[in-house]
Amino acid sequence: MTRLRFARILLAIGVAFFPACRGDRSQTDLTLAGSTSIQPFADKWAEVFMEKHPGLGVNVQGGGSSTGIQACKSGACQIGMSSRELKGDEKDLFEIVVARDGLAVIVHPSNPVRGVKLAEVKQIFSGDLKRWNYLGGPDRPITVVTREEGSGTRGAFQELVMGKTRIFRGAITEDSNGTVREIVAQDPYAVGFISLGLVNEQVRSLDLDGAAANEENILNGRYKLVRPFLFVSMGEPAGLAKEFVDFVLSAEGQALIKKEGLLPIK
Amino acid sequence: MAMKTKKRGKNRLERNDRLIRLALLVVAFSAVSVLLVITIFIVQQGTPIMFKYGLKSFLAGGNWYPSEKVFGLWPMIVGSLFVTAGALVIGIPFGLACAIVLTEFSSKNVRRVIKPVVELLAGIPSVVYGFMGVIILVPFIRQTFGGPGLSILAASIVLGIMILPTIISISVDSLQAVPPSYREGSIALGATRWQTVKMVLFPAARSGIIASIILGMGRAIGETMATIMIAGNAAEIPRSLLAPVRTLTSNIALEMSYATGEHREALFATGVILFVIIMVLNTVANATSSRRRRQP
Repeated sequence: MTRLRFARILLAIGVAFFPACRGDRSQTDLTLAGSTSIQPFADKWAEVFMEKHPGLGVNVQGGGSSTGIQACKSGACQIGMSSRELKGDEKDLFEIVVARDGLAVIVHPSNPVRGVKLAEVKQIFSGDLKRWNYLGGPDRPITVVTREEGSGTRGAFQELVMGKTRIFRGAITEDSNGTVREIVAQDPYAVGFISLGLVNEQVRSLDLDGAAANEENILNGRYKLVRPFLFVSMGEPAGLAKEFVDFVLSAEGQALIKKEGLLPIK
Repeated sequence: MAMKTKKRGKNRLERNDRLIRLALLVVAFSAVSVLLVITIFIVQQGTPIMFKYGLKSFLAGGNWYPSEKVFGLWPMIVGSLFVTAGALVIGIPFGLACAIVLTEFSSKNVRRVIKPVVELLAGIPSVVYGFMGVIILVPFIRQTFGGPGLSILAASIVLGIMILPTIISISVDSLQAVPPSYREGSIALGATRWQTVKMVLFPAARSGIIASIILGMGRAIGETMATIMIAGNAAEIPRSLLAPVRTLTSNIALEMSYATGEHREALFATGVILFVIIMVLNTVANATSSRRRRQP
């Protein structure tokens, strides 16, 4: 009997609290959603922006470039974030380049190969070039590591390097920049691609067409693997969205991401 | 007066009884309805695209390029079957050997220590198995046998270990359920212990052992985290044990986060196929274990 009453009370409490669970704890005035490559930088922007504008809430969500673009179109967020160029019917959105990111082709630090041609990178990832000795390395098969279908990084690599050629089926597939780097760091004969900002001492980036992967070569245009980080919106941003974009594009906003390893737009 | 209170108390008890029974019924049905909702949802999301692109190209196509609207699941179906078969090749001999030792060739004290330890294996999260695989097994395979290390072999070994607790504990239970008179009779006729195990206990416990293997198989085919971490996820039919491979479950988990539109539907279709495979396995498992119950 007492147990039954206890259950009723529990049920009542549950029912009473259920709507409360769904309420927002903090207010949200501006929502950004999209590319997980941009997300950490957008978080940084939002953090500083909110410090400057106390009382305003900026909410940054992930989900991937395509999801962000869709969410922006449907009005679920004011600003979508895309780490690849817009395509097809996405092009009617208003786009702003907020930063640029280099893509690095990475190998194990012990790999004697220092640089390759961009065309050779394409052959490696299409599965036509299978052994390191063609590139002046050891007589060992190349372990090719790629990202999964749908990832913005893979999309950018496909567009910048592969063109219409497919990345071959036998390539090892991982679902984040971090795991690609981890596998390349472990395997002396592996090759993969990640965001330039995420290259660390565990791996080494290859020179492409004679240009080392660094900021200088990207700015003077000799290093070709650069992708834009885009903010997209329905029409030109207005109100708070405009304020936020202006902050992102300001010297202060650009300096923030430079510190985090991204390249500013100018 | 006293009788009246007693009667009222009884009525009240009956009413509570009915209430509780009703509540339990609702709870029981909610579990069933959740299963129903999941089934309907997956089928509804996943089947249209299968028929749009043709069931044959979906099941037998060798290329998986969702961004180009090419959806062939054959490499993943083969991958799931290879990895599961590999896990069984490793799990069955070790599992059954362990079960036989525990029931027939060890003292009660040894059993009291080892069996809980084996069952504890089942409680280790799969991400931990995956992590151990990546850190220890994959480099070992790469250095010893060549190849990238992330391979069918690595996945089979790790999954083989992961299904051990299932195989061992159910096999031990069914071997212990064999009536002692069988064992005694066999020994009395002059058979050795091993002959007794081989010719009397094993046949008697056969359906329980088969059920344990099928349940282990279900675990292996459904495992996702560990396979993503150690199988390499290449969507290609593997040419050797050292080649990377992608399973149906990995395919879903790997690409779900960014998938939109038809790509997403194709992942649900992957789920439908996995669902069908697992349903078949479960039906077979139920059929064998119900046959066991009918035996004396």
